[in-house]
This record gives sequence, C-alpha cells and structure tokens, in this order.
Amino acid sequence: MRAATRLTWAIAATTALALTATACGGNGTASGSAGVVRASWGDPQHPLEPANTNEVQGGKVLDMIFRGLKRYDPETGEAKDEMAESIETTDQQNFTVKIKSGWTFSDGTPVTAASYVDAWNYGANLKNAQISSYFFQFIEGYDAVHPADENATPSADTMSGLKVVDDHTFTVKLNEPFSLWPETLGYAAYSPLPRAFFDDHATWLNKPIGNGPYKIDTYTKSQSMKLVKYEEYAGPDKAQNEGVELRVYTDNNTAYTDLQAGNLDVIDDVPASQLKNAQKDLGDRYINQPAGIIQTVAFPVTQDGWTSPESAKVRQGLSMAIDRQEITSKIYFDTRTPATDFTSPVLGDAGGYQEGLCGEYCTYDPERAKQLIEEGGGLPGGKITLSSNVDTGSHRQWMDAACNSINNALDDTGACTVNPVPTFADFRNQITEGRISGMFRSGWQMDYPLIQNFLQPLYYTNASSNDSRYSSPEFDRLINEANSASDEAEAIGKFRDAEKVLVQDMPAIPLWYQNGTAGYSTRVSDVKLNPFSVPVYTDIKVS
Amino acid sequence: MGRYVVRRLLQMIPVFIGATFLIFVMVYALGDPVAALFGDRAPDPATARQLRAEFHLDKPVWQQYLLYMGNILSGDFGTAFNGEKVTDLMGRAFPISFRLMLTALVIELVLGILLGVITGLRRGRVFDTSVLMATLVVIAIPTFVLGTTAQFFLGVQLGWINPAVSPEGRFGELIVPGCILALVSLAYVTRLTRTSVAENTRADYIRTAVAKGLPRRRVTVRHLLRNSLIPVVTYLGADIGTLMAGAIVTERIFNIQGVGFQLYQGILRQNSPTVVGFVVVLVLIFLLANLLVDLLYAVLDPRIRYD
Repeated sequence: MRAATRLTWAIAATTALALTATACGGNGTASGSAGVVRASWGDPQHPLEPANTNEVQGGKVLDMIFRGLKRYDPETGEAKDEMAESIETTDQQNFTVKIKSGWTFSDGTPVTAASYVDAWNYGANLKNAQISSYFFQFIEGYDAVHPADENATPSADTMSGLKVVDDHTFTVKLNEPFSLWPETLGYAAYSPLPRAFFDDHATWLNKPIGNGPYKIDTYTKSQSMKLVKYEEYAGPDKAQNEGVELRVYTDNNTAYTDLQAGNLDVIDDVPASQLKNAQKDLGDRYINQPAGIIQTVAFPVTQDGWTSPESAKVRQGLSMAIDRQEITSKIYFDTRTPATDFTSPVLGDAGGYQEGLCGEYCTYDPERAKQLIEEGGGLPGGKITLSSNVDTGSHRQWMDAACNSINNALDDTGACTVNPVPTFADFRNQITEGRISGMFRSGWQMDYPLIQNFLQPLYYTNASSNDSRYSSPEFDRLINEANSASDEAEAIGKFRDAEKVLVQDMPAIPLWYQNGTAGYSTRVSDVKLNPFSVPVYTDIKVS
Repeated sequence: MGRYVVRRLLQMIPVFIGATFLIFVMVYALGDPVAALFGDRAPDPATARQLRAEFHLDKPVWQQYLLYMGNILSGDFGTAFNGEKVTDLMGRAFPISFRLMLTALVIELVLGILLGVITGLRRGRVFDTSVLMATLVVIAIPTFVLGTTAQFFLGVQLGWINPAVSPEGRFGELIVPGCILALVSLAYVTRLTRTSVAENTRADYIRTAVAKGLPRRRVTVRHLLRNSLIPVVTYLGADIGTLMAGAIVTERIFNIQGVGFQLYQGILRQNSPTVVGFVVVLVLIFLLANLLVDLLYAVLDPRIRYD
C-alpha cells in the first residue's frame, strides 16, 4: 500500500511538472534590439585567428572585426587601399609599406607597423600551427620559420624579409618578384594583431579584438556572437547599423523558416531545397549573384591511363559530354552558371576573366565528345568513376546527372559511375594520398579576387591545391612571367596564355561558377553580397 | 537491495569500457581528420604533423585510447577542434537536451498512459479504434516530416511559436519540439499500456478487487494500472537514452544546440574528443536509467525482490 501511495505521488508530481512546463511557455526569444541586424551563422571550425581561419563562417567574423592594408571593393572586387597609405616598389620584389595613422584596435591601442610585422611572423611560424601560414610563403625568410620538411623545426622566429622602419612604415622583401602581391593583402590572414593577442592568447581567443568597424560584445561558442559598432573606427566604411547578432543555425532550412517567420533578418545561404521557392517567397529580397567560386572535376594525371598526351583528348571529350546548362538549371535553379574558363566572372574582364576561353571543349556536344574519347584511346579500362564527398552540398545529385550525361553521350550505361565518399575528411585523405583513380570533384573558392589565385595554387607544379598533380613547364613558365611582369595588363595577358595551356591539357574540367544566395527580411535594407558571397554587414540599414 | 545496486554498478564498468572503446575505434576508423581542416588544400606537412601531435593522432589507436581514458578519469575530456574544452560544450549541451528529454518524457508518460488505460478499458469501441489508427499514422510518418510541418504551420503560418529555439532553450520553447520528439514513443507507450491493461482486466486479483466492492477508480489506479506498468517502465527506461541521443533530427529541425547537434558536428568534423566524450556521458545515462528501471520493478511489484 505504501508503495502504491508513492506511485500516485510520483504521477501527481510529473503531472505538476508538465503543467509548469506548459505554464512557462510564454513568448519565446526576445526580439532583436533596435538597430541590430540578426543574421544566420555557422559554427567556425577553428578558433578565430586571422591566419588560422580558412572557412567562410570564421572569415565572416574576421571581415567584421578586422581591416588590413587593402580591402576588396564589395561591388567590383578591386583591391583598394584601406589601412595602407602607400605600398611602393621599384623591382616587384622589395616593397615599402606605409600605414595610415589614427587607427586603433577596439581595446584602444594604436595600430602600428609592428602590429602587422608581429602578426605576420606569428602566422608564418610553424610552432603556432596556423592553417593559413602558406599566405606568407612569398616573404623572404619563410623557409626558416616554416620549413617545408615534415620533421624539421624552425631555425628562426621571425622572417628576415620583414623590417619595421618606424611606427607607420615597414619593408617587405619577397623571395622572388610578384607584381600582384600588394593586391593579395586584402585577405584576412594579413590582418594586424594587437599586443593583447600575444600577451594573453587564451583571453583573446575567447573574445577576439580587432581594428574593424565592429567589436565583439559577447561570444558563446557554437551558439551566438553579438557584435556592436566600434565607435572609434577610423576607416571609411563605418557601420550603418548598431550591431550584428550572429546566430548559429545547425540547418540552414531552419534559418530560412526563421527568416520567413520574421525572427531573422539576413541569411547568406539559401538551402538547396528552397531555391525553387525563394524567388516566390522573398521577391526582391532574394539575392542570387556570382561569387568567386568555381566547381571543377579533376583527373589524377600522373596515374595509369592518364599520363599519355592522347589522354587529354579523353578529358576534353568527357568535358564535352557533360550538359552543364541542363544541370545548372534543373538541379541548381540557375544559382550556378556553366563555366567557360578556369576563373570566375567576379574578376571582371579587366581582372582576367574571359568568357568562352575554354571554347568548344566546354560546350555540350555529345557526338564530338564520343569521337574525341575514341581518338584518345577510350576511357582507361573502358569505364570511369566520379568521386566526391556527399556529406554536404547536395553533391550526389549533380554527380548522378553528370554521369548520366556522359553515359548518354557514349551510349553506354556503365561508362560512368559515381563513387560517393561519406565524409569530407575521408575524401580529402583519398585525394592527398592519391587513392582516387577516376575523376573527382574539386572546387575553388578564391582567397582574393585575382586571376593568379585561380591558377597558381591549383595547377602550378607541386602547388598546395594541385590535386590532379598536373605539371607543365610551359604553364609554370607563363605563370612566372606573369608574376614578374611590371604592369598589370601584361601580367593578366600572361595568365590568360597560361590558362590556354590548361585548355589543351585539361587536367581538370571547368563545370560551373557558383553564385552566392541570400535573403533578407523587410526590417532591413541595403543588403548585398561581396565577391566572396559574404553579406556586407556594415552597409545594412535597419528600419 | 544495497548489494544488488553495488553489483549492478560494478557490472557497468566492463560495459562502459567496451562501449567507449568501440566508439573510439569507430571514430578512428573514419580516417585522418586533420586533412579536412585544410579545406580544399593539401595539408602543409609540417603543420599537419604539429596538429596530429597535439591531438595524439600520431599514436596507435590503443595508445590514444589509454591516454584518453586516463585523462577522462582525471576529468579532462580534451579539446574540440574549435579550441573549446569538451566539458564546456557538454556543460551547455546536456542541460538543453535534458530539458528537451524531460518535456518529451512527461508528454509521453502522461498522455501515453492515460490513452493506454482508456483504450485498454474500452477495447473495440470507437475511441479505441481511432487512437489505434492515430498511433499507426504517427509511427509511420518520419519525425522530420512531422517536425518541419509543425514548424512551418505553427511558426510561419500561425506565428504561435518561434521556428528556432533560442540558445538558452527555455522550457516554453521546447514544448513543440518535445511533442514532436515524444510522438513516436508516445504511440508505443499507448499501445504497450493498452495491451497490458487489456490483459490484466481479466486477472483474478481484479475480479477479487471488484468483488470486494472497491470503487472503480481505486481498482483502476491502485490495482490495474500499477500491475500494468512494468512493460511500460521497461520501455521508458530504454527510451531515456534514446531521447537524449536520438534527438539529432528534432534538434536539427528546431535549431536546438544540444547533444544531438554537438554529436552531429563532431562526427562531421571527425572530432574524436567531442564524439567520444559525449557518447561516454550518454552511455552512463543509459546505464543509470536502466538501473533505475530495474529498481522500479520492485516498487511496482513487491514480489520482485533483489537480495
């Protein structure tokens, strides 16, 4: 009997609990405070440090709290002086950098030449294991602080090519001439760092301090970050709103639903499943514009079946067998544009983009495709696989479509099969270890809007992202010439010549340029995406 | 009773070691996570080596496991790749998931048993058949369909709730997600209770109780219900663990930053400290919930004794 009483009591208690749970169900989250933009965000992969952030979510924050020597114009992508007063050189190898005075970090300390030199030395040093340290590889003395050999230890702490002249001047000596080097300096890895970063690193990581238009108010990792306008910001692009609240969404579908319900102001990645409805749901508040991203399919050109000169014909044929138009419109609802060169439209014609450079080889023509593949000796082993990770980005759909397109062109249902790899990490391992024998997905999101960035890291001999292990003396020579050219037009001409070598050798097939997609609420205006498809938060006005 | 509890707690040790080792090996077998940190670039060999050393990834798996377990015993669950302590992640994620689990559990317990008893007592009537049909429908429809539909109608069309739960994860916001999470289990609890009640109404002791002239309410609650709850309690015990961990789908839909979210991120980024750390705690919860269930048997049915 006693036990029974206890049971009744337990039931009563749980019921009471249920009632309380229901009772406290008032209105949910507090709505955004006045003048603050509520935007979607994803959890950054690494701690936020300029030279240790290589993905878009962390980069978004760096773009708000840091300003470097240069900044890429949100509309044109052109590298314009930001903190740089002047960057001068006579030989494309020795540069003198003068910075503007009056700039401060949000902890009040001034930004000096040493803020740059110390930050760059930190980013380059192997001891700090920074993911993006390769950005400093052009500076003389990089090898000493970051030896290439796996087991070596650094023989110096600072790069010999960097010298502080006075508070507002420093000099940079590069390993070799690189005429476009100043234009790379808009990338976040080149941001200056305050003393606080070096003095108390752990505290800084919990709440990074920069010199940008916003400062971090609160940061709860994997949940949200609140940024407020930095009142003493010295740059021209002061924030037009009071602040930005970044909210982590685990699924961008939820962010989209939240935008529809009026709980969120800006989403910068419309989920694939909503692309079809976005125009109808959001009208003018849906943004779909080119970003500096190109998707390609690479070939392991050093592996069996791909080494002969004729195999270039097979690759060109495969390129012609893929119906890019059909896939971009049916699967991507025109948020991708069929690619006709190896760069991106965001560069503009002056920056090196050339529509149609790839010519007929990037045009769908199934008959010619079949012919070319036969001339090149047919597919190695009679069939080919197309590999990609399938954990993100709806890669499975386009892979199926591309393979179907190839199979139709070749009248052979077994010619192309997809090889889905479960995780991105596994996929990257298979590529770096050279375990993929067929075609595989490769993509490139630009670090800076320069044609050099679309070619050198991907196709130069032994370059860091040369997944196909392509090596062409002709291509390398043209890239070197372009880098040491003294005027920009000449450099771009050389880069284009190098690109034409790629069309002949086809180590990779250009598939499509990717657009950035975004949507915003009626509460905000002046929302636009920069060439990296990141919203220009400073310009957003809240009504 | 005391000795039984001690024995059970001791039995947990091998289960615990086995489970964690399996998880560890599985995460390890996924391959080298460092490559993914470099995005579309080939990892810089020297930096990669440095990172591997930092996370002990350069050591053989058994050594990694021993190091890891050693650290766990001293309360150090390691660091996630984003530089945050796994214990901090857990400190935020578990309370939210626990609240979600509690909301779901209360809903399925109260509604499930209530519906189960009513249908069990009114077998074959209209109410019984309609509840049976409803449970079938609920079991058949995947959670994400129910979740996104509810989210769209209640959140966007009617505006009654916020489609996404705030990082604080207050009880009030968790009611709808809790309902969605509870629905499938609710269906099972209803059916289990119904069967059990239906069986027991014919039992001798019920006839005796009725013959003694006890009030109907008393017969139902004290005699019928108490004896019918054993299978339900067994199910609920196992369900607690599932609700805590299996909320991945619900947590994703409603943007609840709980255990499911952290586990999902951990697996996607092959972050073994996060995954193993969270699973270790989940295994403990599961084991304790089951112990609790076994002890509850004795409360429900005094004939079951543990000594």
